[in-house]
Amino acid sequence: MARSTLFRVLRPLSPRAKFTIGILAFVLPVGLWSLVSYVPAIWHPQIMITDAGSVSYLDVGSHMARDAFDSEVADARQEGRAPPKGVRANPIYLPSPGEVLKAFYTSFTTPPETKDGQWLHQSLWHSIQIIFWGYVISSLIGVPLGVLCGAYAALGRVNEPFIEFFRYLPAPAFGALMVAILGIYDGPKIAIIVIGTFFQQVLIIANTTRKVDPALLEAALTLGTRSRHLLTRVVVPAILPDLYRDQRILLGWAWTYLIVAELIGTTSGITWFITQQARYQHFPNVYAAIAMIGIIGLGTDMLLAVLGRRLFPWDRSLAKFA
Amino acid sequence: MNDIVIPSHLLPSYREQSAAVRTRFDSLKAREVILTVSKLHKNFDSDGKSTVALKDINFSTHRREFLCVVGPSGCGKSTLVRILAGLEEHSSGDVLLLGQPVTGPGSDRGMVFQGYTLFPWLTVKKNVMFGLEVNGHGRNESEREAMQWLELIGLEKFADVYPYQLSGGMKQRVAIVRALANQPRILLMDEPFGALDAQTRCRMQAHLLEIWRKIDITIVFITHDLDEAIFLADRILVLSAHPGEIQELIEVPVPRPRSVAQIVSAEFLATKARLEQLIYSARHEPAEGEDYPIMRRMTNVADNVE
Repeated sequence: MARSTLFRVLRPLSPRAKFTIGILAFVLPVGLWSLVSYVPAIWHPQIMITDAGSVSYLDVGSHMARDAFDSEVADARQEGRAPPKGVRANPIYLPSPGEVLKAFYTSFTTPPETKDGQWLHQSLWHSIQIIFWGYVISSLIGVPLGVLCGAYAALGRVNEPFIEFFRYLPAPAFGALMVAILGIYDGPKIAIIVIGTFFQQVLIIANTTRKVDPALLEAALTLGTRSRHLLTRVVVPAILPDLYRDQRILLGWAWTYLIVAELIGTTSGITWFITQQARYQHFPNVYAAIAMIGIIGLGTDMLLAVLGRRLFPWDRSLAKFA
Repeated sequence: MNDIVIPSHLLPSYREQSAAVRTRFDSLKAREVILTVSKLHKNFDSDGKSTVALKDINFSTHRREFLCVVGPSGCGKSTLVRILAGLEEHSSGDVLLLGQPVTGPGSDRGMVFQGYTLFPWLTVKKNVMFGLEVNGHGRNESEREAMQWLELIGLEKFADVYPYQLSGGMKQRVAIVRALANQPRILLMDEPFGALDAQTRCRMQAHLLEIWRKIDITIVFITHDLDEAIFLADRILVLSAHPGEIQELIEVPVPRPRSVAQIVSAEFLATKARLEQLIYSARHEPAEGEDYPIMRRMTNVADNVE
């Protein structure tokens, strides 16, 4: 893996370099996090109290700033009282990798704090359902509309200027309106995901459709294809791999709207879990829940990528980088 | 191929035909007319300006004729073949296929393009089946016929392979049988071998002649390669540029069957000399950026390469 081969414009990597760099992409940030967590000299701006000593307002396990602690110790010594004891610690909002890793397991086994509360797996499942329905509803209209807008210039001209305008309106801005229309439960949440995804979807898919090689259409015409069959016979099969890729990107898009959507009306799903855990200062659980969203998202995408290679064995557009 | 230069007064006239060649042309012209083009005009309108692309084109082809169309770049030869295919509309005049006016693309005219226009999502066999299926043939019947066509050109082993796995020459062979599978009356070819390397092109030319010999098909073949035109054609339609007009319809005096050895025959060279005279002497003034100046020397005067 000579250095000179790593930084060349549009040059694919060797399999070994690909593997190593892929691993590094995760190891480096986690390593940095570990350093900050486990090497006190690097940051650790606070002290966690292990023994309150003579200071009445200190609780064991609570955090305080280092200089405040130092002056309490100095005061106690000067006045001959028992000084408080403590160890250097990071702020409570930055748990160590080990604590978060443990939380991956314990957050599933911890019962809800309130009686009507939900277990983590119930919260996650609820979130996945919101995403699924938002994405499906958006795609059911957005994909056909996008293909039609791309294929027929007149349809594109009718729809796209308006959609172009609409996509600049932030989806969360419709939150209150959606609650007024659809109530406080899942309706408005799904609606926010639809609003956030749909308009981008139509424009992206229309653009993809426009990239069909016109020579393929001409070839089909000279073979006797009626022009009304061009769409199903040529356009759709030709764009299918790109359309599939667009849909993968848009699914990621839908996930980014999830947290905002779940805050609308009654907070629910993984967002509810995260806010609850943050309220009780269970920050390892918060990190674990956030990481779980990432893992589910990335996992789904990798699964879809593998499926895509199975579905479109003839697609060469990414072959040299795959 | 261009290395042998024989002074033109030593060559026979390209109009001189041996008895065998003359008989062939007589029988060719006695065959029914497949395609008639009369008083064809084509204008392109852009920014309110109208440019004449094709002006007063008249010709006809007979059944099982091989017609090549040559001309300098910008003579509208591609436009002409696209009009014949029905992919572009003409401004005035008539294009008649067996007496019926051409109004749009149809399966009675096959077309092979320069770019490889095989459908990448279909296997070779399904590419060949495409035309049959869109014209209402059943799946089984289409499949059987497609396999027969692939066997005919010796590609049956590649039936289940996707186009990206084929070489350029193989792709064009599949494109040719895909067009022929519809059993069109005429096969239109727009510089089909232009993207191939010299060796493959040579073999493809021989292969195309072999196909043409064995099938009832009339071919209109666009090229800018004069050797290719003479090697393939019965007659060569020479166009001039700006506007595209017919300069001459040349009857190629080279006897058939054709072989590569004929490239140095007197008839071949005479025809080529005539084509070069028509195409290069009638060159219009070079457009901006198309003239190639004598360069200033940028090396030492003693440092010569030739």
